This record gives sequence, C-alpha cells and structure tokens, in this order.
Amino acid sequence: MIQFENIIKRFRRHQVLKGINLTIERGHRVALVGSNGAGKTTLIRCLLGEYTCEGRVRVDGMDPRRFRREVLSKVGFVPQLPPPLRMPVGQLIRFSAGLCETDPGRMTALADQLGFDADHFHSQPFVKLSGGQKQKLLIAIALGRESELLVMDEPAANLDPQARRIFFSLLAEKKERAAMLISSHRLDEVATLVNRVVEMDQGEIVLDDRVADLVELSSRLYGRIRLIQPEEAFARAISEWGFTGSESGRVWEGFVAGPDRLRFLGLLSRYAALLSGMEIVEAEEKESSVHVV
Amino acid sequence: MMKYLWLAASTDIIESLRARWFMVYTMVFGGLVVILFAFGLAESRIMGFTGLSRLLITYIQLSMAMLPIFVLITTVRSVAGDREAGIFEYLLSLPITLGAWFWGRVFGRFFVVFLPVFIAMLGATAWGMVKGVEAPWQLLFYYTGLLMALAWCFLGIGMLISSLARSADVAQGAAFVVWLTLLLFLDLILLGVLIQEHLPAETAVAIALANPMQVFRTATMMLFDPQLVLLGPTAYIILDNFGRIGYIAYALLYPTALGSACAGLGYLHFKRSDLP
Repeated sequence: MIQFENIIKRFRRHQVLKGINLTIERGHRVALVGSNGAGKTTLIRCLLGEYTCEGRVRVDGMDPRRFRREVLSKVGFVPQLPPPLRMPVGQLIRFSAGLCETDPGRMTALADQLGFDADHFHSQPFVKLSGGQKQKLLIAIALGRESELLVMDEPAANLDPQARRIFFSLLAEKKERAAMLISSHRLDEVATLVNRVVEMDQGEIVLDDRVADLVELSSRLYGRIRLIQPEEAFARAISEWGFTGSESGRVWEGFVAGPDRLRFLGLLSRYAALLSGMEIVEAEEKESSVHVV
Repeated sequence: MMKYLWLAASTDIIESLRARWFMVYTMVFGGLVVILFAFGLAESRIMGFTGLSRLLITYIQLSMAMLPIFVLITTVRSVAGDREAGIFEYLLSLPITLGAWFWGRVFGRFFVVFLPVFIAMLGATAWGMVKGVEAPWQLLFYYTGLLMALAWCFLGIGMLISSLARSADVAQGAAFVVWLTLLLFLDLILLGVLIQEHLPAETAVAIALANPMQVFRTATMMLFDPQLVLLGPTAYIILDNFGRIGYIAYALLYPTALGSACAGLGYLHFKRSDLP
C-alpha cells in the first residue's frame, strides 16, 4: 500500500532523511519509533505530501503530492500536537466532513463514544479545549470516515483509560483492511498496538522487525488488587481506570483494555510496596469462571 | 473544486470574523466615518465638493494610507503565522487540493478585508440620505471599484510575501518594507524630489504608474481635480497618453492585474515548496 523508495530530505545542508526504503501493506500496524530528531515526523510529512523530497513516495501507486485528494481521502491523521485552531468544534467537524465527503454525524458519534460531547462544545473554539478533548476530537475526525491508512503521532498519550479502551476497539475494527503507522518516541507506549516495529535513528531505519501479535486490540483484562492498607493516592489513581474499591478501600476490581496492560502494570509498579495480592486474567476467562461458580 | 474552494473560503471568513485583528480593523474604518461626521465634514464645502461627496473623498484618501498596510499585515501574519503554529500540518493533511486551499483563502480574505471598508462607506451614504443629503451614487460606485482593486492588489502582494517567508516575523517585516517603499514613491514625497533632480518626466511617470498606491491616489484626485493640477507637470503625460476614461480604466485594471499576478506567483511557490 505504501512505498518509500530511497527518500532523501534535506533542510538546507542538513540531511534529515538519508535514503529511506520502506514498504507497508494493508494489515500492517507499524510502530515508528525513535528519539527526537530521528526523522519520524519528516517521514510522515513526506507521506502526507506536505514535504517535497527526493526519491519516490507512493500510496496505492499514487504520488501524494500530485494526487493529494485521492491519496489523502484514504488517510486519517492524528498529529502529536493538536493545532491551535480558533475555529469552533462544530465548524471543524463540518469542514473536515465536507472535505472527506462523509457524514459529520459519524464523527460526532465517534467523539461521543470516546467521551467527548461534540454537541455540547459545538461553539467552543478548538484551541480552548483541554488536551484530552482535542485528542478525542482529532481521533474521531480521523476514524469517522473511510480511512484505509491511519497515521497517528502518539495518539493515545492524552486519553484517559476509558477513552483508550474505546480507541483500541475502534482500531480493532479497522485492523484488517487498513494500514496503521503509529509514531512514538517510546516503544512501550505503542508496543501492544502493533505487529511491526520500525526504528529510526538520525534519518535512517536501524530496525525493521515483526513482533508477536498476541494482544487483541479489543481484548479486556479483569484485575483484582489487594492492598496491605488503604491509600488515598492509590485510590485516586486506580479510580481513573474505572476500578471500584471495597468499603475498606483495600480491595479494588475493574477492567483494563488489553493493549493497555503495560501501562496498567506501570501504574501498579509505582505502588508495589502497598500490594498484598494481585490477580489479572483475560476478561472472558474470568466471566466464564464466574459463570461456572 | 468549487465546493472545496468555498469550504476553504468560508473557513477563513469565519476564522477572521472571530479574530481580534478584524475587530480592530472594523473599528478603525467604522470609527473613521463616525469621526468625519462628527467633524461636520458632510456639511462642509471645499473645492466645490459638498456634503457626502466631500466626506467620501476624505474617507478614500485616508483609506489609501491605511488599507494597504492593514491588508498586508493581517494577510502575511495570518498565513505565515498559521504555518508557524502548525495549523497547516493538520489542515493540509485533509483531502483538499492546494489550489482550492490557497485560492479559497485569498477569496475569503478579500471578502473580509473589503467588507468593513465598503460597509463604512455605504453606512455613511445611508446616514447622509437619512439626514436629507443627496447621495453621490456615481462617486460611490467608482470608489467602491477603486477600493476593491486596491484591496485585491495588496492582498495578492500579501499572499506572495507570506508564501515566500518562512516565519511570521520575517513576513511582517517584509510587508512593512513593501508598504513603506510604495509610500515613499508617492508623488508628493519622492517624485517631487526626483523631478527636482532633473529626472526625465517619463521615468517619474513610469514610477507613478507602477506604484498601485499612486495609481489609486491619482485616480481619486481626478474626480475633484480633472486637470490633475495637484500632480504637477506629470499630469500632462498621464492625460495625454490615457485620457480621463483611459486612466480610470487603468486605475481599476492595473492593481487588479498586479494583485492577481502576485497571488499567482505566491500560489506557484506555495505549491512547489514544503507546506508546514
């Protein structure tokens, strides 16, 4: 679907991309990782036809610079930094839906699913929304149309756990028929979302590897955490994940999105000294065992 | 194509209407008309012009000084500023052709910069009529045409500068230099000196004819000074070569063509360069 052939990009004398060769097919979910300045954003901008470059970029055989409409109609893009748009939320949705020839209601419904009430914020300038709200709206715009290629720069960074779970299930719906390019400077942030990792360093690809695709994007884990003693900070943190506590505040139960397991374990590791017991199982497994009992 | 152009234009119009610069811009031109009324210009009689005609002439002379710099600064800041802020990265990832995006912005911006000036002029005429003063319709139409040509010209120049400049500060500086240069080449400031220094009259006239601000100025002067006495000896060359009607046509067409050419060049550069 996507072909980069010997892509070179220079800014004055500085060569930012040094002959990138990369092919991405439908069904590939690629983590594009690398430190700041590795060339990830530049490569994405070449893919979107925003930068001129040497070499050949093709999306389904078309040059994104020459066939902008045809190529970009297939692309859903979520940038790392939300643009400081002054236009109101309603207008942004109408504008995007108009260009993408899709129903604005579809984007609004997706935003709603992610926990952002677009109708309520209809007249609010986009720039005045919180970081999480902006991210939810941009994801809704990217996914609320017939996109076959999703290009996302740290898409879930500002989302709360509930929104992340819905976001992962939305990605799961697209995973067979779309290609995904997810950029991040940390692999652990996106590891469970992808089946391929491409690492960039100083304008070159230094690693291109398939990874085990064991985590279903739409899967859920059941978690039961026992504490030595109740702790207010832990209660606040785990409540954000939708967990509910016992009256004593020592036992907490809830569900975690499958791809979020690493992040969840990261949270628990911060309170390791407080833990007296922990059970994490696939939600279906738990539901069936409860059924048997 | 037209649908996307309209989408881009309407977005720019709505964005501009919400912007602070637009409020200032509207208040300046609206306030100008109020001040002219307050000073009783509509009741004054100068050089044979009375009432609303006199007010419109004064208004148009003031517009000549202010409109270009307002159009230039707001246009270059908005386009180069949007690029700098990362707005282009997102909006140009949506499926819109660069032509629809660029020209949509030009037309949207033209509507926004012309509208307050025109409404102020129309408002003045309407108010004058309410007060029982006869409305100079011919003058109003003529000045509307001249203002449109002037606004379009500087909008085109602004779009060219903003396409070439990579930062809002550079764009703003360049816009200011362009405006200042054209201002310096107005007849009463620099051309007088040039003629004094025995520059051939043809060269002085060529400079005057190339400067859209001077073209606008001469065309407006023509209405209350048909022999262009105020312009000095260069008036003979202008009137001999163009005639009155010919010059009026030139004053409408030349700035429009210059603005279109600049915007066209800006578009070509925009299309071939890095967008964000």
